[in-house]
Amino acid sequence: MLELDPWTLLTIVLMGVVTVITRGFFFISSKPWTLPHWAQRGLQYAPIAALAAVVIPEVVTTQGTLVSTWQDARLFAAAAGVAWFVWQRSVLGTIVAGMAVYLPLHIGLGW
Amino acid sequence: MFFLPEHRRHTEFWDGIRDQGSVAMGIAAWGLMTGVAMVQSGLSVLEALLMTLIVYAGSAQLAAVPMIAAGAPLWVILAAAFCVNLRFVVFSAHLRPYLMHLPRWQRLATGYVTGDLSYVFFARRYPHPGRTAAELSQQQAYLAGNCAVNYLAWMSASVTGIALANAIPTAWGLGFAGILALLGVLSSLASSPLRIVSAGVAGAAAVAAWALPLKLNILVAIACAVALCLLLEKTPPFRHGEGRGHA
Repeated sequence: MLELDPWTLLTIVLMGVVTVITRGFFFISSKPWTLPHWAQRGLQYAPIAALAAVVIPEVVTTQGTLVSTWQDARLFAAAAGVAWFVWQRSVLGTIVAGMAVYLPLHIGLGW
Repeated sequence: MFFLPEHRRHTEFWDGIRDQGSVAMGIAAWGLMTGVAMVQSGLSVLEALLMTLIVYAGSAQLAAVPMIAAGAPLWVILAAAFCVNLRFVVFSAHLRPYLMHLPRWQRLATGYVTGDLSYVFFARRYPHPGRTAAELSQQQAYLAGNCAVNYLAWMSASVTGIALANAIPTAWGLGFAGILALLGVLSSLASSPLRIVSAGVAGAAAVAAWALPLKLNILVAIACAVALCLLLEKTPPFRHGEGRGHA
Protein backbone atom coordinates (compact mmCIF):
# COMPACT_ATOMS: atom_id res chain seq x y z
CA MET A 1 0.00 0.00 0.00
CA LEU A 2 2.75 2.47 0.88
CA GLU A 3 5.40 1.03 -1.46
CA LEU A 4 7.29 3.67 -3.42
CA ASP A 5 9.30 2.51 -6.38
CA PRO A 6 12.14 5.06 -6.98
CA TRP A 7 11.73 4.79 -10.76
CA THR A 8 7.99 5.47 -10.46
CA LEU A 9 8.73 8.45 -8.18
CA LEU A 10 11.11 9.87 -10.81
CA THR A 11 8.44 9.37 -13.48
CA ILE A 12 5.86 11.19 -11.35
CA VAL A 13 8.14 14.14 -10.62
CA LEU A 14 9.10 14.51 -14.30
CA MET A 15 5.41 14.30 -15.29
CA GLY A 16 4.84 17.24 -12.93
CA VAL A 17 7.55 19.10 -14.84
CA VAL A 18 5.73 18.24 -18.08
CA THR A 19 2.54 19.77 -16.63
CA VAL A 20 4.39 23.00 -15.77
CA ILE A 21 6.05 23.19 -19.20
CA THR A 22 2.90 22.52 -21.25
CA ARG A 23 0.55 24.75 -19.22
CA GLY A 24 3.12 27.56 -19.18
CA PHE A 25 4.78 26.94 -22.54
CA PHE A 26 4.41 30.50 -23.86
CA PHE A 27 4.95 32.10 -20.44
CA ILE A 28 8.56 30.92 -20.15
CA SER A 29 10.19 33.56 -22.34
CA SER A 30 9.78 37.22 -21.37
CA LYS A 31 10.56 38.54 -24.86
CA PRO A 32 7.80 40.53 -26.58
CA TRP A 33 5.93 38.28 -28.95
CA THR A 34 2.44 38.23 -30.42
CA LEU A 35 0.45 35.61 -32.25
CA PRO A 36 -0.06 36.15 -35.98
CA HIS A 37 -3.50 37.45 -36.89
CA TRP A 38 -4.81 34.16 -38.31
CA ALA A 39 -3.84 32.37 -35.11
CA GLN A 40 -5.68 34.95 -33.02
CA ARG A 41 -8.76 34.38 -35.18
CA GLY A 42 -8.30 30.64 -34.80
CA LEU A 43 -8.48 30.91 -31.02
CA GLN A 44 -12.19 31.73 -31.48
CA TYR A 45 -12.72 28.13 -32.44
CA ALA A 46 -10.01 26.25 -30.51
CA PRO A 47 -11.63 25.88 -27.05
CA ILE A 48 -14.87 24.35 -28.32
CA ALA A 49 -12.90 22.13 -30.72
CA ALA A 50 -10.70 20.87 -27.87
CA LEU A 51 -13.73 20.03 -25.72
CA ALA A 52 -15.55 18.31 -28.61
CA ALA A 53 -12.43 16.28 -29.46
CA VAL A 54 -12.30 15.00 -25.87
CA VAL A 55 -16.03 14.57 -25.23
CA ILE A 56 -17.53 13.18 -28.44
CA PRO A 57 -15.34 10.04 -28.66
CA GLU A 58 -16.16 9.36 -24.98
CA VAL A 59 -19.86 9.42 -25.83
CA VAL A 60 -20.08 7.64 -29.18
CA THR A 61 -17.18 5.12 -29.14
CA THR A 62 -16.00 2.21 -27.01
CA GLN A 63 -12.22 1.74 -27.24
CA GLY A 64 -12.25 3.65 -30.53
CA THR A 65 -15.08 1.72 -32.18
CA LEU A 66 -18.36 3.51 -32.90
CA VAL A 67 -21.24 2.20 -30.79
CA SER A 68 -23.34 -0.17 -32.85
CA THR A 69 -26.41 -0.29 -30.62
CA TRP A 70 -28.78 2.41 -29.42
CA GLN A 71 -28.90 0.60 -26.08
CA ASP A 72 -26.06 2.69 -24.68
CA ALA A 73 -26.73 4.83 -21.62
CA ARG A 74 -24.17 7.45 -22.71
CA LEU A 75 -26.13 8.43 -25.83
CA PHE A 76 -29.33 9.11 -23.89
CA ALA A 77 -27.48 10.83 -21.04
CA ALA A 78 -25.62 13.15 -23.43
CA ALA A 79 -28.84 13.97 -25.31
CA ALA A 80 -30.63 14.70 -22.02
CA GLY A 81 -27.73 16.88 -20.86
CA VAL A 82 -27.65 18.96 -24.06
CA ALA A 83 -31.46 19.27 -24.06
CA TRP A 84 -31.34 20.51 -20.47
CA PHE A 85 -28.67 23.06 -21.37
CA VAL A 86 -30.70 24.39 -24.32
CA TRP A 87 -33.72 24.71 -22.00
CA GLN A 88 -32.15 26.05 -18.80
CA ARG A 89 -28.64 27.32 -19.77
CA SER A 90 -27.16 25.62 -16.70
CA VAL A 91 -23.98 23.52 -16.71
CA LEU A 92 -24.75 22.03 -13.30
CA GLY A 93 -28.22 21.08 -14.55
CA THR A 94 -26.61 19.40 -17.56
CA ILE A 95 -24.58 17.16 -15.24
CA VAL A 96 -27.54 16.36 -12.98
CA ALA A 97 -30.00 15.69 -15.83
CA GLY A 98 -27.41 13.59 -17.68
CA MET A 99 -26.58 11.47 -14.63
CA ALA A 100 -30.29 11.11 -13.78
CA VAL A 101 -30.70 9.43 -17.16
CA TYR A 102 -27.34 7.63 -17.14
CA LEU A 103 -27.33 5.86 -13.77
CA PRO A 104 -30.71 4.04 -14.06
CA LEU A 105 -29.96 2.92 -17.62
CA HIS A 106 -26.35 1.93 -16.87
CA ILE A 107 -26.72 0.28 -13.46
CA GLY A 108 -30.39 -0.72 -13.77
CA LEU A 109 -30.53 -2.02 -17.33
CA GLY A 110 -26.84 -2.63 -17.88
CA TRP A 111 -26.67 -0.44 -21.02
CA MET B 1 -1.19 34.31 -8.60
CA PHE B 2 -3.99 32.08 -7.46
CA PHE B 3 -3.44 32.05 -3.72
CA LEU B 4 -2.67 35.74 -3.12
CA PRO B 5 -5.14 37.30 -0.65
CA GLU B 6 -5.48 40.48 -2.78
CA HIS B 7 -7.61 38.55 -5.28
CA ARG B 8 -10.36 38.13 -2.71
CA ARG B 9 -10.95 41.88 -2.64
CA HIS B 10 -12.25 41.78 -6.21
CA THR B 11 -15.85 40.72 -6.87
CA GLU B 12 -14.48 38.93 -9.94
CA PHE B 13 -12.82 36.38 -7.62
CA TRP B 14 -16.25 35.39 -6.29
CA ASP B 15 -17.69 35.36 -9.82
CA GLY B 16 -14.96 32.87 -10.70
CA ILE B 17 -15.83 30.74 -7.66
CA ARG B 18 -19.50 30.77 -8.70
CA ASP B 19 -18.86 29.92 -12.37
CA GLN B 20 -16.46 27.07 -11.62
CA GLY B 21 -18.78 25.96 -8.81
CA SER B 22 -21.39 25.16 -11.45
CA VAL B 23 -19.17 22.34 -12.73
CA ALA B 24 -17.43 21.38 -9.47
CA MET B 25 -19.63 18.31 -9.04
CA GLY B 26 -18.62 16.96 -12.44
CA ILE B 27 -14.94 17.71 -11.80
CA ALA B 28 -15.19 15.96 -8.44
CA ALA B 29 -16.83 12.87 -9.96
CA TRP B 30 -14.08 12.75 -12.55
CA GLY B 31 -11.36 13.23 -9.92
CA LEU B 32 -12.92 10.48 -7.80
CA MET B 33 -12.83 8.00 -10.66
CA THR B 34 -9.28 9.04 -11.62
CA GLY B 35 -8.20 8.30 -8.04
CA VAL B 36 -9.95 4.93 -8.12
CA ALA B 37 -8.51 4.08 -11.54
CA MET B 38 -4.90 4.92 -10.61
CA VAL B 39 -4.93 2.45 -7.71
CA GLN B 40 -6.88 -0.20 -9.62
CA SER B 41 -4.40 0.02 -12.52
CA GLY B 42 -1.41 -0.81 -10.36
CA LEU B 43 -0.02 2.18 -8.43
CA SER B 44 0.37 1.89 -4.66
CA VAL B 45 -1.72 4.26 -2.52
CA LEU B 46 1.35 6.40 -1.80
CA GLU B 47 2.35 6.56 -5.46
CA ALA B 48 -1.19 7.49 -6.51
CA LEU B 49 -1.30 10.27 -3.86
CA LEU B 50 2.03 11.68 -5.03
CA MET B 51 0.92 11.55 -8.66
CA THR B 52 -2.31 13.40 -7.87
CA LEU B 53 -0.53 16.07 -5.83
CA ILE B 54 2.39 16.61 -8.22
CA VAL B 55 1.08 16.01 -11.75
CA TYR B 56 -2.41 17.60 -11.47
CA ALA B 57 -3.45 16.66 -15.02
CA GLY B 58 -6.14 13.97 -15.06
CA SER B 59 -5.97 12.79 -18.65
CA ALA B 60 -2.15 12.61 -18.62
CA GLN B 61 -2.30 10.61 -15.36
CA LEU B 62 -4.82 8.16 -16.78
CA ALA B 63 -2.68 7.75 -19.90
CA ALA B 64 0.53 7.21 -17.91
CA VAL B 65 -0.56 4.76 -15.22
CA PRO B 66 -1.01 1.70 -17.48
CA MET B 67 2.34 2.52 -19.14
CA ILE B 68 4.08 2.69 -15.74
CA ALA B 69 2.45 -0.60 -14.77
CA ALA B 70 3.63 -2.16 -18.05
CA GLY B 71 7.21 -0.96 -17.49
CA ALA B 72 7.32 1.40 -20.50
CA PRO B 73 10.52 3.47 -20.96
CA LEU B 74 10.55 6.79 -19.11
CA TRP B 75 10.88 8.92 -22.25
CA VAL B 76 7.87 7.22 -23.85
CA ILE B 77 5.73 7.97 -20.78
CA LEU B 78 6.87 11.60 -20.73
CA ALA B 79 6.29 12.01 -24.48
CA ALA B 80 2.78 10.61 -24.06
CA ALA B 81 2.06 12.99 -21.16
CA PHE B 82 3.38 15.88 -23.25
CA CYS B 83 1.14 15.00 -26.21
CA VAL B 84 -1.95 14.53 -24.05
CA ASN B 85 -1.20 17.99 -22.59
CA LEU B 86 -0.49 19.70 -25.92
CA ARG B 87 -3.82 21.50 -25.82
CA PHE B 88 -2.47 23.43 -22.82
CA VAL B 89 0.32 24.77 -25.06
CA VAL B 90 -2.42 26.26 -27.24
CA PHE B 91 -4.13 27.69 -24.15
CA SER B 92 -0.86 29.25 -22.93
CA ALA B 93 -0.39 31.03 -26.28
CA HIS B 94 -3.86 32.51 -25.79
CA LEU B 95 -3.32 33.48 -22.13
CA ARG B 96 0.12 35.04 -22.67
CA PRO B 97 -1.02 38.68 -23.09
CA TYR B 98 -3.20 38.39 -19.98
CA LEU B 99 -0.29 37.27 -17.79
CA MET B 100 2.92 38.80 -19.14
CA HIS B 101 2.86 41.68 -16.64
CA LEU B 102 3.58 39.13 -13.87
CA PRO B 103 7.04 37.82 -12.88
CA ARG B 104 7.95 34.52 -14.53
CA TRP B 105 7.45 32.26 -11.50
CA GLN B 106 3.94 33.66 -11.01
CA ARG B 107 3.12 33.10 -14.68
CA LEU B 108 4.30 29.49 -14.47
CA ALA B 109 2.44 28.88 -11.21
CA THR B 110 -0.73 30.36 -12.71
CA GLY B 111 -0.34 28.16 -15.78
CA TYR B 112 0.24 25.09 -13.61
CA VAL B 113 -3.12 25.44 -11.84
CA THR B 114 -5.14 26.42 -14.93
CA GLY B 115 -6.98 23.33 -16.16
CA ASP B 116 -9.30 22.96 -19.14
CA LEU B 117 -12.45 24.40 -17.61
CA SER B 118 -10.73 27.29 -15.82
CA TYR B 119 -9.22 28.30 -19.16
CA VAL B 120 -12.52 27.96 -21.00
CA PHE B 121 -14.48 30.02 -18.48
CA PHE B 122 -11.75 32.67 -18.49
CA ALA B 123 -11.62 32.88 -22.30
CA ARG B 124 -15.41 33.06 -22.44
CA ARG B 125 -15.62 35.96 -19.98
CA TYR B 126 -12.62 37.97 -21.18
CA PRO B 127 -12.26 38.00 -24.98
CA HIS B 128 -9.55 40.68 -24.70
CA PRO B 129 -6.72 41.30 -22.22
CA GLY B 130 -7.26 44.20 -19.83
CA ARG B 131 -5.83 47.55 -20.96
CA THR B 132 -5.08 48.91 -17.49
CA ALA B 133 -3.41 47.43 -14.41
CA ALA B 134 -6.77 47.45 -12.62
CA GLU B 135 -8.48 45.50 -15.42
CA LEU B 136 -5.65 42.98 -15.55
CA SER B 137 -5.85 42.37 -11.82
CA GLN B 138 -9.63 41.88 -12.03
CA GLN B 139 -9.04 39.27 -14.73
CA GLN B 140 -6.39 37.61 -12.54
CA ALA B 141 -8.85 37.50 -9.67
CA TYR B 142 -11.51 35.82 -11.82
CA LEU B 143 -9.02 33.20 -13.00
CA ALA B 144 -7.83 32.65 -9.42
CA GLY B 145 -11.40 31.99 -8.23
CA ASN B 146 -11.93 29.45 -10.99
CA CYS B 147 -8.63 27.70 -10.33
CA ALA B 148 -9.20 27.55 -6.57
CA VAL B 149 -12.53 25.72 -6.96
CA ASN B 150 -11.12 23.44 -9.65
CA TYR B 151 -8.09 22.56 -7.50
CA LEU B 152 -10.03 21.88 -4.32
CA ALA B 153 -12.79 19.87 -6.04
CA TRP B 154 -10.30 17.80 -8.01
CA MET B 155 -7.80 17.15 -5.19
CA SER B 156 -10.32 16.33 -2.47
CA ALA B 157 -12.25 13.97 -4.75
CA SER B 158 -9.10 12.35 -6.11
CA VAL B 159 -7.71 11.66 -2.62
CA THR B 160 -11.10 10.27 -1.61
CA GLY B 161 -11.06 8.04 -4.69
CA ILE B 162 -7.59 6.72 -3.84
CA ALA B 163 -8.74 5.95 -0.30
CA LEU B 164 -11.92 4.22 -1.47
CA ALA B 165 -10.34 2.55 -4.50
CA ASN B 166 -11.40 -0.90 -3.45
CA ALA B 167 -14.92 0.08 -2.38
CA ILE B 168 -16.23 1.98 -5.46
CA PRO B 169 -16.83 -0.29 -8.46
CA THR B 170 -15.68 1.44 -11.68
CA ALA B 171 -18.59 -0.42 -13.32
CA TRP B 172 -20.95 2.20 -11.86
CA GLY B 173 -19.47 4.63 -14.35
CA LEU B 174 -19.53 7.69 -12.07
CA GLY B 175 -16.70 9.15 -14.14
CA PHE B 176 -19.23 9.92 -16.87
CA ALA B 177 -20.26 12.95 -14.79
CA GLY B 178 -16.92 14.50 -15.79
CA ILE B 179 -17.78 14.05 -19.47
CA LEU B 180 -21.19 15.62 -18.85
CA ALA B 181 -19.49 18.63 -17.19
CA LEU B 182 -17.35 19.10 -20.29
CA LEU B 183 -20.44 18.66 -22.48
CA GLY B 184 -22.25 21.41 -20.56
CA VAL B 185 -19.35 23.81 -20.99
CA LEU B 186 -19.12 22.85 -24.66
CA SER B 187 -22.81 23.76 -25.05
CA SER B 188 -22.21 27.12 -23.37
CA LEU B 189 -19.48 27.90 -25.93
CA ALA B 190 -21.71 27.12 -28.93
CA SER B 191 -22.59 30.78 -29.39
CA SER B 192 -22.19 31.11 -33.18
CA PRO B 193 -22.85 28.88 -36.22
CA LEU B 194 -19.13 28.53 -36.97
CA ARG B 195 -18.40 27.43 -33.42
CA ILE B 196 -20.99 24.68 -33.80
CA VAL B 197 -19.26 23.68 -37.04
CA SER B 198 -15.96 23.67 -35.12
CA ALA B 199 -17.37 21.31 -32.47
CA GLY B 200 -18.90 18.96 -35.06
CA VAL B 201 -15.77 18.76 -37.19
CA ALA B 202 -13.50 18.26 -34.16
CA GLY B 203 -15.74 15.53 -32.76
CA ALA B 204 -15.92 13.66 -36.05
CA ALA B 205 -12.19 14.02 -36.68
CA ALA B 206 -11.33 12.83 -33.17
CA VAL B 207 -13.40 9.67 -33.74
CA ALA B 208 -11.99 9.12 -37.25
CA ALA B 209 -8.37 9.59 -36.10
CA TRP B 210 -8.81 7.54 -32.90
CA ALA B 211 -6.20 4.99 -33.97
CA LEU B 212 -3.36 7.54 -33.74
CA PRO B 213 -1.03 6.88 -30.80
CA LEU B 214 -0.61 9.12 -27.73
CA LYS B 215 -4.06 10.72 -28.04
CA LEU B 216 -2.78 12.69 -31.03
CA ASN B 217 -6.30 12.39 -32.45
CA ILE B 218 -7.28 15.28 -30.16
CA LEU B 219 -4.66 17.60 -31.66
CA VAL B 220 -5.48 16.53 -35.22
CA ALA B 221 -9.15 17.22 -34.52
CA ILE B 222 -8.46 20.71 -33.13
CA ALA B 223 -6.25 21.55 -36.12
CA CYS B 224 -8.86 20.35 -38.66
CA ALA B 225 -11.71 22.20 -36.98
CA VAL B 226 -9.84 25.49 -36.60
CA ALA B 227 -8.45 25.38 -40.15
CA LEU B 228 -11.86 24.69 -41.65
CA CYS B 229 -13.50 27.49 -39.64
CA LEU B 230 -10.80 29.97 -40.72
CA LEU B 231 -11.58 29.06 -44.35
CA LEU B 232 -15.35 29.23 -43.85
CA GLU B 233 -15.01 32.66 -42.21
CA LYS B 234 -14.11 34.04 -45.63
CA THR B 235 -17.15 32.55 -47.38
CA PRO B 236 -20.46 34.44 -47.79
CA PRO B 237 -22.90 32.68 -45.45
CA PHE B 238 -20.60 33.13 -42.47
CA ARG B 239 -18.88 36.40 -43.28
CA HIS B 240 -21.24 38.66 -41.36
CA GLY B 241 -21.64 38.63 -37.62
CA GLU B 242 -18.66 36.39 -36.96
CA GLY B 243 -16.06 39.10 -36.55
CA ARG B 244 -17.21 40.25 -33.15
CA GLY B 245 -15.39 39.38 -30.07
CA HIS B 246 -15.86 36.21 -28.11
CA ALA B 247 -12.75 34.11 -27.89
